Amino acid sequence: MAELILETRDVVKRFGGLTAVNKVDFSLEKGSICSIIGPNGAGKTTFFNTISGIYKPEEGEIFLEGKRIDRLTPDKITSIHMARTFQNIRLFGGMTVLENIMVGSYTRLRQNAVQAVLRTRAFKEEETRAQAKAEELMAYIGLRGVGNELAGSLPYGVQRRVEIARALASAPRLLLLDEPTAGMNPAETEEATLLFRRLRDELGITILLIEHDMKVVMNISERISVMDYGEKIAEGKPSEIATNPRVIEAYLGRGAAGGGAAAIAANAAGDQAGGQS
Amino acid sequence: MKTNLRTTLRPVGAFLMRGSTPYFMTIALLAVSTILVYLSPRSIPAFLLFAISASLIYFLKLKKPFQLGMAVLVAVVIVPILGARNIFYLEVIFQIAVFAALALGLNIVVGFSGLLNFGYMAFYAVGAYLWAFFGSQQPFLLHEIPGTAPMGTPFLLAPDWFYLFIFLGVIVVSIVGLILGLPVLRVRGDYLAIITLAFGEIIRQLANNLDKPLNLTNGPQGITPIQRPTMPKGILAWFNSICEKIVGHPVTENQFYNIMFYLIAVLVVVVVILVTARLDDSKIGRAWAAVREDELAATAMGIPANKLKLGAFAVGASFAGAMGVLFAASRTFVSPESFNFLQSVSVLTMVILGGIGSIPGVIIGAAVVVVLNLQILPSFSLFLANLRQSDAVIPIINFHWKDLSNQLDPSKYQRLIFGIILILMMIYRPAGILPAARKKRKLQGSMSAGSSGEAEGAGGPDAAASQGKGADRG
Repeated sequence: MAELILETRDVVKRFGGLTAVNKVDFSLEKGSICSIIGPNGAGKTTFFNTISGIYKPEEGEIFLEGKRIDRLTPDKITSIHMARTFQNIRLFGGMTVLENIMVGSYTRLRQNAVQAVLRTRAFKEEETRAQAKAEELMAYIGLRGVGNELAGSLPYGVQRRVEIARALASAPRLLLLDEPTAGMNPAETEEATLLFRRLRDELGITILLIEHDMKVVMNISERISVMDYGEKIAEGKPSEIATNPRVIEAYLGRGAAGGGAAAIAANAAGDQAGGQS
Repeated sequence: MKTNLRTTLRPVGAFLMRGSTPYFMTIALLAVSTILVYLSPRSIPAFLLFAISASLIYFLKLKKPFQLGMAVLVAVVIVPILGARNIFYLEVIFQIAVFAALALGLNIVVGFSGLLNFGYMAFYAVGAYLWAFFGSQQPFLLHEIPGTAPMGTPFLLAPDWFYLFIFLGVIVVSIVGLILGLPVLRVRGDYLAIITLAFGEIIRQLANNLDKPLNLTNGPQGITPIQRPTMPKGILAWFNSICEKIVGHPVTENQFYNIMFYLIAVLVVVVVILVTARLDDSKIGRAWAAVREDELAATAMGIPANKLKLGAFAVGASFAGAMGVLFAASRTFVSPESFNFLQSVSVLTMVILGGIGSIPGVIIGAAVVVVLNLQILPSFSLFLANLRQSDAVIPIINFHWKDLSNQLDPSKYQRLIFGIILILMMIYRPAGILPAARKKRKLQGSMSAGSSGEAEGAGGPDAAASQGKGADRG
């Protein structure tokens, strides 16, 4: 078994009386692409927020590459090579695309205020490098020609890309994507799916997705975890998940298990065919 | 309508930017306005023309060394001579410099990092009282009742400690800024505004009441005399030997002190501009902007938001600290009344009026507010007062100017007029006189530069260009 990049043990997150994440054990192999799915309100995004340090879990432990991170602040976690995007895009709308991406590289820049004021040679070189890196990322993600546009003025699909580029600028080894294809048209979705594969294959970044689009999920995930009511109810290969009665029950309700399984399986098969075409 | 005006003005602008025209125009305008101010030292239009032509050095498209040379010429030669002729101008320009530094400091907090601060004058006060205490006889009067200094009380420090205290002011006040900034870790938005407002008042009340049990601040009476740095020997005689003929009268020591403080203030402002522009164009500036735009996303991108917010408070405060020390020395007197809430609001007005987050904008905001306060409104009052004393009548409605109520004195309505100006600004130009624009960078894929220039929206291409220019220079 390959090395684990992320591991959570019995993670619990409560909001008052509501247990949004309940004793979730989760592990992620280095170099894999995995998805978390589940009905609305299942606690997927809360789980993401807990992993990335925005929420502090009430119980349990979270490890990133063997290092315990559940008491670290989000900026510390980013500095040890985990990055994320948000479900409802959170770009810095008033800044240019290039600046957005350069903000992402904050933790990778060694400059300090004194160097910035004195404009030392090291500072200038680092700024040039940071900009070159950002432009390289833009080219890689397919964002040519929008570097000086304000991020807030761009179309939705492009903003999604900028958000991924911004996350990549922090040199992540683990990338969390929260519904990255939400609001995209089928062509954009397909492009995005290809992009995620490239990130893993070419840059070696482990990817964890929350996704509603079953086509995307079944197409690229190597493993899928299913959450419902804050608990992890199933985990396995796409084909296993598609036929898992508990998953179908969670999505379609009790009694639908028989017909639903076939429906999901058929859907998944169709998607795979679609992905290849 | 707006766009029509802009398109009709475009050829004019293009003409002004072409070839040697801008050089010629800057020199000509500057020469004409200098002569005008020189010949009629009391005329406000002449002074305004001078101010505008001086600012053209920045706005026209000129070679950098030329710009720099002209700026130095204006700041170091022309202004002191004109100022010696009419010392009031020097006071106006000195105040513009002081408030420009304050507004730039507040701009870091409010403009760059988006934290409202209504108590900014507190930092200025701490700086001023720092030198007021150590640069006066106050350390020997700790057990005296305010206003009863015995004859012959010595001063604690030699006057030239002043220079060191400018730096000490920066350090001490940035620490105070850190302490007052601590609430930003807990509260934000309107709540932060209220807390900073309270801190501003607390500092003022401390200054008011710390005359007992130990008499640290001399209470509401304020501290005086505060020492000024010694003047370099012979410099006054030297200045008079060269400039007496041009100025028209020998310059007294007091007047020369004004010139000296003006020069120090300009120096501080230059440093403040450099520091601000350079910080803005670094990872710190980008992080400030990111925190302002979306704090949660910023922390998720690895930015320690709390550290940066505290940093913004400290840097912003430090400028006020330096200017506070300078203020105390130049006035030789400080009292709590100089640091009231309205002053804090004034500085905030300059930032908003000029263009929140924009360095040249904020300086222009400071200039506009100071000129309005010190020149235009008082002179308008004077004009009305003169009318009141004359027999003039408004013809059709048959209104005698002498019936005009004393209550209608424009200088009494400063705040009202500012209110109206601010409301009009919010309606017609909400981003300020010179709105902040994000810096456009030169990209490898060169086609984007042109297309994004075209896409520039309401901010106006001219404003964007000048802002970019400012950032480049930093």
